[in-house]
Amino acid sequence: MGLLLQDVDKIVGREVHLKDISLDLAAGSRNVIIGRTLAGKTSLLRIMAGLDRPASGRITMDGRDITGVSVRKRSVAMVYQQFINYPSLTVYNNIASPLKLAGIDKKQIDRRVRQIAQMLHIENLLDRLPAGLSGGQQQRTAIARALIKETELLLLDEPLVNLDYKLREQLRLELQEIFKRRKAIVVYTTTEPAEALMLGGNIIVMDQGRILQTGPAPNVYHNPITTRVAEVFSDPPINYLEGSIHSGKVILGENICFTLNGRMSDLEAGDYRFGVRSNHFFLNPNGPGDIKISATVELSEINGSETFIHIRHGDTSLVVQNEGVHQIKIGSAISVYVNPSRFFVYDKQGLLKSSPTGRIHQTGAAA
Amino acid sequence: MKIKKRAFILGFYFFIMLLPIYWMLNMSLRTNADILNSFALYPHNPTLSNYIKIFTDSSWYSGYLNSILYVSINTLISLITALPAAYAFSRYRFLGDKQVFFWLLTNRMAPAAVFLLPFFQLYSTFGLIDTHIAVAFAHCLFNVPLAVWILEGFMSGVPIEIDETAFIDGYGFSRFFMTIFIPLIRAGVGVTAFFCFMFSWVELLLARTLTTTNAKPIAATMTRTVSATGLDWGLLAAAGILTIIPGALVIWFVRNHMAKGFAMGRV
Repeated sequence: MGLLLQDVDKIVGREVHLKDISLDLAAGSRNVIIGRTLAGKTSLLRIMAGLDRPASGRITMDGRDITGVSVRKRSVAMVYQQFINYPSLTVYNNIASPLKLAGIDKKQIDRRVRQIAQMLHIENLLDRLPAGLSGGQQQRTAIARALIKETELLLLDEPLVNLDYKLREQLRLELQEIFKRRKAIVVYTTTEPAEALMLGGNIIVMDQGRILQTGPAPNVYHNPITTRVAEVFSDPPINYLEGSIHSGKVILGENICFTLNGRMSDLEAGDYRFGVRSNHFFLNPNGPGDIKISATVELSEINGSETFIHIRHGDTSLVVQNEGVHQIKIGSAISVYVNPSRFFVYDKQGLLKSSPTGRIHQTGAAA
Repeated sequence: MKIKKRAFILGFYFFIMLLPIYWMLNMSLRTNADILNSFALYPHNPTLSNYIKIFTDSSWYSGYLNSILYVSINTLISLITALPAAYAFSRYRFLGDKQVFFWLLTNRMAPAAVFLLPFFQLYSTFGLIDTHIAVAFAHCLFNVPLAVWILEGFMSGVPIEIDETAFIDGYGFSRFFMTIFIPLIRAGVGVTAFFCFMFSWVELLLARTLTTTNAKPIAATMTRTVSATGLDWGLLAAAGILTIIPGALVIWFVRNHMAKGFAMGRV
């Protein structure tokens, strides 16, 4: 039961927007589609909504085939990245319009509009026109309109991306609470790994119109099955070091060498790519097992209470995420430490061979 | 000093522009004999007799009623046909859409005289000569393309996501169009109505050819009132003043929308 997409393709002109999309979204589930821009997130959402028709493939809702059903006949609500409201209607009428069209009586509409407005903290703006509101308030109105009809499917296309940082954090927390109380299938798209992890639920990683991996958020985060998934699902981007395994030893980058142990000991000899998230690099060793990488500082940027240090080791660029605000001179030599247990090991094809949590989940991989 | 110079030039320009209109007003308040006898910068013995004649003589005032009637019908037809057409051009991609859009505009490039003969022949065949609807239809030739052109510009300024949201919310097309979409392009509809009104109001050739008596426009009435004793200058001037007034009124009502229309770059 729920929303099922089978082999959905979307081709516009000669451009492939979506390819081989198969998804099974359970009733009442929360799903986050993560992908860079142009990954096909919006195209997929529009197909789910029924705004666009797939070039091929089938879409079913609770077993009913809805592939060609027009958007008006579907039970769906959508929030856009832009703040879309009806400019000629007041906030109250904006929120009430889906119910009015459904022919619900006035008293009930009034009760539900006020309830939902309260939930989104816009109850004192009901008489205003959307054009006179701030961006955050406009988006709250749009979200309220999407929520008021108890739809089977609730789609949000990067709803917070045009809001400023503070508002985004606040609204994200509220949305999490609201989603928990809904019976609808929620599909939320984002480009930010942090947002995806915060909202939790299922993660669908997309890239270039294809689904790379699906699964519960922590699983995908801990076991990105390809190097591309790890890139999309890491911010700052994941670091890769080229290396090889020979007779129980790992040779990494420029003359870094350590002995294989633990989960990595059953890897065959050969060339590998070692991934490590930037928050697992440290400027001081934390234990005897840590390996040391000598590098030069290329750039140091302060981001809130953290410092991102861009370093170069041989011909590999790495990013170190360091707690606290530091001034580091560009061009100076630096040593960073990482524990080998933090490595994601990928083979030359970019497939995950070993991850820090040890288990490799192949569930739902669209490979 | 510079501001004074600018004010002077503008004042002079304004004076030149208004002079003919003032002169017409001046003449309209004098009798024909007075006009032919002496030169006067202002009417020494102002009289409203010319206006009274126009408002009491049915051959005069019916000209105004005819013009207003067919202009209104034309504006209405133009808007009713152009609104859906402009929506289609703005929202859908179909085979030859750009070509058709341009072709519509080329209808404005041909002189009305080109269409005169076929229109006359066609309308006589259907017995439409000397009816208001005939002139209203004929004027659609240049007003519908213009209306489509202006409205398309306004409609394309409305994000398509609003349409989609409305359909997701469950609006049917006609209800969405009437209650959500048209209020969004109110200014555009106002500007379009103004231009349709204006072009239909000033058009003389088609209006005069397709009418004889029952639907004769005011401009035709004016050109046909040459009596045996010569032109009645005072009467003609009064008729001219009365012809300017409706246009001026319409401009007054849409003046705010006009600025927006010009800013949109389609007017």
